[in-house]
Amino acid sequence: MSFLKNSELHEGGIIREAGNAHDYQTGDWRTFVPQFVEENCIHCMFCWIYCPDSAIDIDTSGDKPKMKGIILDHCKGCGICATECPPAKKGKAALVMVREEK
Amino acid sequence: MEQKLVALSGNEAVAYAFKQARPHVASAFPITPQTEMMHKFAEFVANGETETEMILVESEHSAMSAAVGSAAAGARTFTATSSAGFALMWEIVYVAASLRLPICMALVNRALSGNINIHCDHSDSMGGRDAGWIHLFSENAQESYDNAVMAWRIGEHMDVRLPVMVNYDGFIISHTADALHMLPDDAAYDFIGKYKHAYTLLDPENPVTVGPLDLTDYYFEHKASQLATYERVPGIVQSVSEEFGALTGRTYQFCEEYAMDDAELVIVVLGSSAGTCKDVIDEYREKGVKVGLLKIRMFRPFPVQMIAEKLAGRKAVAVLDRSASFGGQGGPVFMETRSAMYGQQVPVNNYIYGLGGRDFDLHQVEEVIDDLQKVAAGEELQLINLLGIRS
Repeated sequence: MSFLKNSELHEGGIIREAGNAHDYQTGDWRTFVPQFVEENCIHCMFCWIYCPDSAIDIDTSGDKPKMKGIILDHCKGCGICATECPPAKKGKAALVMVREEK
Repeated sequence: MEQKLVALSGNEAVAYAFKQARPHVASAFPITPQTEMMHKFAEFVANGETETEMILVESEHSAMSAAVGSAAAGARTFTATSSAGFALMWEIVYVAASLRLPICMALVNRALSGNINIHCDHSDSMGGRDAGWIHLFSENAQESYDNAVMAWRIGEHMDVRLPVMVNYDGFIISHTADALHMLPDDAAYDFIGKYKHAYTLLDPENPVTVGPLDLTDYYFEHKASQLATYERVPGIVQSVSEEFGALTGRTYQFCEEYAMDDAELVIVVLGSSAGTCKDVIDEYREKGVKVGLLKIRMFRPFPVQMIAEKLAGRKAVAVLDRSASFGGQGGPVFMETRSAMYGQQVPVNNYIYGLGGRDFDLHQVEEVIDDLQKVAAGEELQLINLLGIRS
C-alpha cells in the first residue's frame, strides 16, 4: 500500500474520495483468518452484512448474489462472519477461524 | 466611512460585531463575564435583527461540539465563553482547529479555578495557546469590536481556515461602558462578506468524511499541513487590518507601539493593562525617562519577527503576564518574548500581575519602570517577579 505525502492531503484531514476504505488495507492486523468452506455455504449473505469492513467477496452477476471468499487485504480476523454464519450454528460451518501462520 | 459614536460595554460591542456578520448559527452556554454578550445577542435574535439559529446547550463542551458540527455543515458559526467554560471545551477546541473550521469565539478573559474567581486574568486563553486557534487581544471596547469584525475575515480566508478567538478582559472591558465608533450594519457585512465554506457535510454530490480515525500512518502528515498554515496567517491578518484601516481609519499591527521611537526601556503587555501603562509612560516621558510600550495584539500565531525587531537594541525589557505558568520559567508572554529575542543582549525580566482580577494600578507600572531603569544601569534584578502582592 502506498501513502500520500502531506502536500497531497486535504486540509483538516478530511477525505473527499467516497468509498476509499476499499483502498486502505487493514489485512495485516489479523491473528486469526476465516477459511471458506464452499460446500457448506448457503449464500445467505449474512457474512457480507455483518462484516465490519469490506472483506467478503461476492459475485453479483447472477439472479442472486453468491459468496466467493474472503478479501484478505481487508479482513482483520474479527471472526464475526464465522460467528454469524447460519450453517455453522447447525454444525456445518461455511466459515471457520484458524490461526494464521507466517 | 461615517461611523456612529456609541457608548457600549465591551460585551455589547462584541455582540453588535457578531450580529453584523449575520452568522447562521450561534451555540453557547452562559458563564460570567461572557453571559451579557450572549444575552445581548439573544436579544437581537428575539427582535428579528438577525436570522441566526441559537443553540442553547447544556455545557461548554456541547457548545463547542455544536459549533464544530455547524461549521462542518458549512455555516458561519460563533460561540463565546470564559474561564472554566473554555476549560470544559478543551477537547473540542483542538478539534475545531484541526478540522480547519473558521469558528469565531469571544473569550471574555477570566481566572481559572481554584479557588473560584470570576475576575479577569489571561489563564483561560493561555491554557489554550497550543490548540491551534488565532488569539487576538483587545485593549478596550473599540478594539474588542474591531477584532470581532476582523476575526471573520481572517479565519474564513481560504488560505487560513482557522478558528479565531477574540480575547477581551472580563469586567474591565466586558462590563465597562466605553465610547467607540461602530460601522453601520451593511458596511460591516460588506466588509466581512458572504460566508463561503471550504467543505460541507450537506452536499450529497460531493461527500466528505470529517474527522476519521487517523493513526500512525497519517496523523503526523495532517499535523505537518496544519503547522504550515500558521506561517501564512500573519500576512493575511496584515492585509485584512489594512483593508479595515482604509474603511474605518483604524489600522492595527500585530503589536501596537506606544512611545517606542527612542525608547530605551520597554514594557510588553496584552489587553486592557496597556491603557494603564500608557498613562504612567506619559508621566515618565515628561520627566525625561525614555520608556515605551509594545502591546501584543496577536498572541497566536506569535509575531516572533516583529517582536524581535522592535525590542532589538533596547536597554531593558519588562514583560507583563496576567497568567502564571506553574512550574514554568515565568509567564507565557515572557517565555515567548524571551525566546523571540534569543541571541540579543537585551535583559528581559518578567512581572506576573493582576491574577484573579487584582487591580493593576499606576503604582505597579511605576515599580516596573523604576526596575527597568535599574536594569538599564547594570543592576541585576530577580528574573520573575510578582506585582502588587502582599508579602
